[in-house]
Amino acid sequence: MAVISYIDAVTQALREEMQRDKRVFVLGEDVGVRGGVFRVTQGFYEEFGEQRVIDTPLSEAAIAGVSVGAAAYGLRPVAEIQFAEYIMPAVNQIVNEAAKMRYRSNGDWNCPLVIRAPYGGGVRGALYHSQCVEAMFCNIPGLKVVTPSTPYDAKGLLKAAIRDADPVLFFEHKRCYRLIKGEVPDSDYIVPIGKSDIKRQGEDLTVISYGLTLHFALEAAEKLSQEGYSAHILDLRTLYPLDKESIVEAARRTGKVLIIHEDNKEGGVGAEVAAVLAEECLFELDAPIKRLCGPDVPAIPYSLPMEKFFMLNPDKVYQAMKELAQL
Amino acid sequence: MNKTGNGQVKNRHQALDLSDQQILEMYQNMVLARKVDERMWILNRAGKIPFLVSCQGHEAAQVGAAYALDRTKDFLCPYYRDMGMAIVFGMTAKELMLSAFARAGDPNSGGRQMPGHYGSKRLNILSGSSVVSSQVPHGVGIALSGRMQGEKLVVLTAFGDGGSNQGEFHEAANFAGVHKLPVIFLCENNKYAISVPFSKQAACESIADRAKGYGFPGISVDGNDPLEVYKVTKEAADRARRGEGPTLIEAVVYRLVPHSSDDDDRTYRSREEVEEARKKDPLVTFSTYLKDVGILDERKEKEIHDRMLMEVDEATEYAENAPDSAPQDALKHVYAE
Repeated sequence: MAVISYIDAVTQALREEMQRDKRVFVLGEDVGVRGGVFRVTQGFYEEFGEQRVIDTPLSEAAIAGVSVGAAAYGLRPVAEIQFAEYIMPAVNQIVNEAAKMRYRSNGDWNCPLVIRAPYGGGVRGALYHSQCVEAMFCNIPGLKVVTPSTPYDAKGLLKAAIRDADPVLFFEHKRCYRLIKGEVPDSDYIVPIGKSDIKRQGEDLTVISYGLTLHFALEAAEKLSQEGYSAHILDLRTLYPLDKESIVEAARRTGKVLIIHEDNKEGGVGAEVAAVLAEECLFELDAPIKRLCGPDVPAIPYSLPMEKFFMLNPDKVYQAMKELAQL
Repeated sequence: MNKTGNGQVKNRHQALDLSDQQILEMYQNMVLARKVDERMWILNRAGKIPFLVSCQGHEAAQVGAAYALDRTKDFLCPYYRDMGMAIVFGMTAKELMLSAFARAGDPNSGGRQMPGHYGSKRLNILSGSSVVSSQVPHGVGIALSGRMQGEKLVVLTAFGDGGSNQGEFHEAANFAGVHKLPVIFLCENNKYAISVPFSKQAACESIADRAKGYGFPGISVDGNDPLEVYKVTKEAADRARRGEGPTLIEAVVYRLVPHSSDDDDRTYRSREEVEEARKKDPLVTFSTYLKDVGILDERKEKEIHDRMLMEVDEATEYAENAPDSAPQDALKHVYAE
């Protein structure tokens, strides 16, 4: 099995799906000749032609809205929004149109589109190239929200998203793009949407996370294990709809839960995870549910010290895990 | 000069390759739309249906435009007034009434959406929302898909003068212009966005002027004349099928009644203005044309009106007695099952 980067896994999934199914096409800003600003679609323009690798006008509502029409017609558009926060002009199309197409037509129409967007900080991207926007899409029934943390999951989940009959927002942590490497089969495989994954087995505390912070937790868990505490780590992978059963099972396993995400705390994905646990297994827990998240400020500042203050890191995560383990 | 009927009026439909039978059918569709709409008002005032949004005054533009398309392969992304268009594409009075009563059998939405939210895969009408002009980029997406699949299809997407101010209209028009897509953008300009007059919505003289900025033709046409609307839409469809790209058509109409059953238009426009507009009611003027060219007379007109009324009566009775969805059906169709 080849070891490849997270971004290459995204590219591989996309290329294989375009080779497999002629209905799949990509559209977005700079995805054609330039191959995307992060180079996810590098070489696609040459391989698949300008009809299937479409450089669009700088126009996010149109990117999403045209994709809605194409998906309803029966094609499989994969739209790229260059940075996650640029999805805001497209929110009407995503929330009012794509997510409601099946429901409002009583199942007559559906909208199998994928919108990919790089998100997250730690790249000196300042307010408008660093945001985590996932939480605002996690109370929209009709949508699915996915974010992989490993190359293996990136490939399998993107393939699942493209084959899904409903709209999927596929958020790629941009700090993971070249930082995270892992084994990825050359073969065709799917990672099912809606299923979380245990990334580490442990007995003393449960960490629930996704994206970049999942890796911080894995690193911290190694250090903690040398001090005699073993962490059980659940990667949510799909943020909406949540894999509630596995969340509850992972919490029951240790009785102590720490939820970690880069996105700010209030109203974040962690709040819903905590609510699920409170409803399902509160009296089986040995400690209050803890959350370690970004601060509740509008977004990440450009200044390096301020960015570092905002971002979590393995050390901050280690401290929080240790504190809970020792309770 | 080709004169028929009373000899005063030129036959204009022959030059458009429309037979007498076809324009009678257009008229009949306009009458049906008007009668369904009128019935919905009565049902609303009688407390039997909670809401309607009206097509009255727009019928000629809608029927004329839809008639210029190929119903076997073209698509509609209409807006909430486009009952006439939906009828031309095959929606029946019964189906419209099922929607008005929000019954389970409503083919548009199974009783989920307000009336006026047309959608049917069978009829090539894409389901739309209430957010004005959201449907416009969908039309562009279907046109793009059709071209990618090698289908010679054309998409007509309609919206109001108010809707033409939305960013999504402009983004979609620009996208379609760049990619020379087979889309017809039809603006039914009734001069009011609910209460806000055209003068407070746009500084350009005609919505059609906006096409220039997107690199394709814009044409303004009398929306009370179904033959004129047919003509320009047919030309736009032919251009689109030849690969020459989109066209923006502004059909100038007048909304003869309030915006919706919850609106009171006396608060923002004078009765004199509405009465003046009624003189150009497309049902009246088109009937006059048909009589002038000798293909309609009082007897035949009455026969058509009676027949359409009977259709509406039957549809109303059917829909009123049709079953509602089971309450828990509200849980269905969130995701593929």
